Parts: sequence; structure tokens; C-alpha cells
Amino acid sequence: MKKEEVPQDGNKMLGGTFKQLFYATDDEGKYVPVTSVGWEPENVAMQQAWEEVHARVEKARQQVLSGEISPISYYMEKNIMDLALLASYVSKFQWQVKRHMKPAVFKNLSERTLQRYAAAFKITVDELKHIKE
Amino acid sequence: MSDIEFSHVQTAHCESGVISNIFRHYGLHISEPMAFGIGAGIFFGHLPFIKVNGVPGTTYRIWPGAIFQRVCKRMGVKMQSQNFSTPEKAMLELDRVLEQGTPVGMLSSVYYLPYLPAAYRFHFNAHNILAFGKNGDNYQISDPVMDHTTEIDPKSLAEARFAKGFPAPKGKMYYALSVPEQVSLQKPIKQGIDQSCHYMLKLRLPMFGVSGIRYLAKRLKHYPEKVGERKAVLYLGNIIRMQEEIGTGGAGFRFMYAAFLQEAANLLKKDELGVLSQDLTRVGDLWRNFAFNAGRVCKNRAVNNVSYGELSEMLMQCAAEEELVFKRLSKVKL
Repeated sequence: MKKEEVPQDGNKMLGGTFKQLFYATDDEGKYVPVTSVGWEPENVAMQQAWEEVHARVEKARQQVLSGEISPISYYMEKNIMDLALLASYVSKFQWQVKRHMKPAVFKNLSERTLQRYAAAFKITVDELKHIKE
Repeated sequence: MSDIEFSHVQTAHCESGVISNIFRHYGLHISEPMAFGIGAGIFFGHLPFIKVNGVPGTTYRIWPGAIFQRVCKRMGVKMQSQNFSTPEKAMLELDRVLEQGTPVGMLSSVYYLPYLPAAYRFHFNAHNILAFGKNGDNYQISDPVMDHTTEIDPKSLAEARFAKGFPAPKGKMYYALSVPEQVSLQKPIKQGIDQSCHYMLKLRLPMFGVSGIRYLAKRLKHYPEKVGERKAVLYLGNIIRMQEEIGTGGAGFRFMYAAFLQEAANLLKKDELGVLSQDLTRVGDLWRNFAFNAGRVCKNRAVNNVSYGELSEMLMQCAAEEELVFKRLSKVKL
């Protein structure tokens, strides 16, 4: 990659302030560090990854509102976690966390357990119980 | 609290960057590509059974920590490295070492680093940063991928150091005990190149090295039929992000290694390495071409399998060219 070919495709997601460094060749073929504000394919891929996250969050939100799943699922998606990661944050087995995602089980969770989930999501127990409509 | 002078240089990749920045602090100047080359950082691996956010993992460099270990060993740098059972102990020890004016490297999760752009902040746990002092309660941070130094509050730093998941940083921190001022680079360069050639060409597992690229190429071809187009696009997107995006650890590693070969050619007066550097640059361009086309497929969400077939072909070409470069590199007498 030549110095002039280092892509400068700005990206709203990065706020236009963040620059990544690349190594590219100058006119004499010597490698020099060059900064870049972004590259289209990478921007597309990043955008897509976030769209996927947002879609999952929205789906989970709808399911919580319709009473299919407990808010734990919603906050898990919102924090871009998966079952394994969430389980390790609350020091539970995955099957336990899965169980807690059932509204009927969630309803009867102890204050201590709720507190653990709230801490993992960095929210209050109240926010955990009542997600925003 | 001590406020040591720290000269921060932005780098492309966090691990080789932290190495270069720490060593410079002690008067040992090696560039980032040189650290990357000596540490035999270049690699390829595709691990469909290790899923990251539900997407098969792909890596363009060696596993986290390896570059660091190898560079220190090969250059005769003594480092102290420790893990901790609790954040309290980890932060106390960090304070103690910082107080002596020693810059401290740490493993962290980008998810908890508030100074990074939000778009980068996925749960990626193997990001290396350096603390070099304190400003009140806040820590002064040299994050190699940033163009300037920054600060972080103790709470976020503790969270970042004790993120869960794979690999869990467990508060890992490291600092230099003794750094030699002058090191002959010839032997470390040779060791690094030998190791890279071995890892790229000789590992007897299909997922790694040049065979790993072919392995991915074969699997990629069948993504649309195997996992459906929606997921196929996500899988493809991840391959691009791993190759390029800093938040995921990508950093255009082929170009960085080419830069290393060029530097090595000048240092050791070996023209062959210079030629190989140019050839690897062309391989890097092939990879970029692949990413460019993969990005187009992602953007159009093209449904036809032809596009995936073509991308697979491009990867096969990357594999063939890269294999040639490393085969020739392994024959260079150093």
C-alpha cells in the first residue's frame, strides 16, 4: 500500500477524531507510518456489527414487553454480552442464567441475585426490573 | 504521586506498540514493526469452533502476549508480570509500582475504556495499555493506538482490568526490571523470522498459518448455504474487522511485517529481505483487495453464491502468494 493510497474514509461512528495508524510505502518504497480516519469496508463491517447488536436489543425489548422473557435477556443484549460472558460476570452457571431469563423465575429472584445482575449491567435493581417502554 | 516523563508514540497495534513504548522509556529504541518481527507476530488462524459474539474467530496475528514474551526473551529484557485475585490488590500494586516511576503495562478490555470511541467498544479483552503516572485519582494512560496520552478514572480501569470472558485479563500487569541499552538485533531478527516461517508453513493443523487461509477460503465459499445470508454477511464482516479494525486487534499486519523486513534488510545488509518486503507488500495489497470486495458484498448483502465463491478464490490467491513469500524467507541465510 502506498502512502497516498491509505484510505481516509471518515466515519461518523468514530466522531471523526480517532485516527488509526498504518504502515505504507512512500515514493522511494520506504515504509512510513501514516494515520487514517477510516476505511469504507471496515466502516461497513463495523456498522453492520452494530446494526446486529441494535436489532437484537430491540427484539429482546419487544419480547420483554410482551412477557416472553425477563429483562435479564434484554440487558444482556444491551451490554453486548452472550450467555457465557454474563454467567461469568454474575458467577452463575449458564443454565441458571438461562432459567433467570424466564419471567416466572425472574419474578421470584432474591434481592441479592438481582443486585448481582444489576451490578453486571451497571444499573440499579429498579432499572433491572422495569425496562424503558 | 510521581509524574514521570513519558514519550508516547502512536502505533498500529497495541502489543507491539506497548513494547516499543516501554523500551524507549529505558533508552532502548526499537520500532513497532521491529518488535512485531522479532516477536514473530505475523500469523493466521481461523477457529470456527471459537465463537466471538456468535461469529467464528479469525486472527491475523499470534495469540495475545506471545509477541511480548518473545521480544523480551530475545532482547534480554527482564520483565515482571503478575496476575491478581482481586481488583483491590491489583490497583494497590499498580500504585506501588507507579510511585517508583516505572511505567506499567496492563491487559484490559476495550469495553471499559471510556476514552475510546464508543463504536470500538465491544468485549475485546486483550488490549494492552500503559499507565505511566497519576493525576489525582486518575491514571495517566499511554494507549498505543491513540495519537495522544489520556487519563482514566480508577473505577473504569479496575473494570477493564477485571473484565470477564475470554481471555480474562485477571488484572495482569507487567513492567521492566532491567533493560539493556544496546542490543545486537541480528540474532533476535533471525530467531523471529525462523519462528514466523515455522508458524506460517509448518504447523500441522489445518486452521493455522497458510493452510488456515485456505481452510477459511473453503469454508467461506459455503457460508450462504450453510448459515444463511444474514449470518454469512456477519461472518464476512468479522473477517474484515479482524484484518483491519483496531478495536478487534486488527492492524494491517501484512504491511507491518513488510515494514519489519525492510528495516531488517537495511540493518543486516541483506537485499533479499528487501525484495521479500516488496513481495509481502503486494500480498498485503491482495488482502486489502479481498477486504474491499468483501465489504462490497456486505454492503449490498449480495445474495448470490457467486460473490462468496469469488471471495474464496481471492483468499486462495492470498494463501498461495503468502506461502511463496514465507518459503523464500525461510531460505534466506541470516
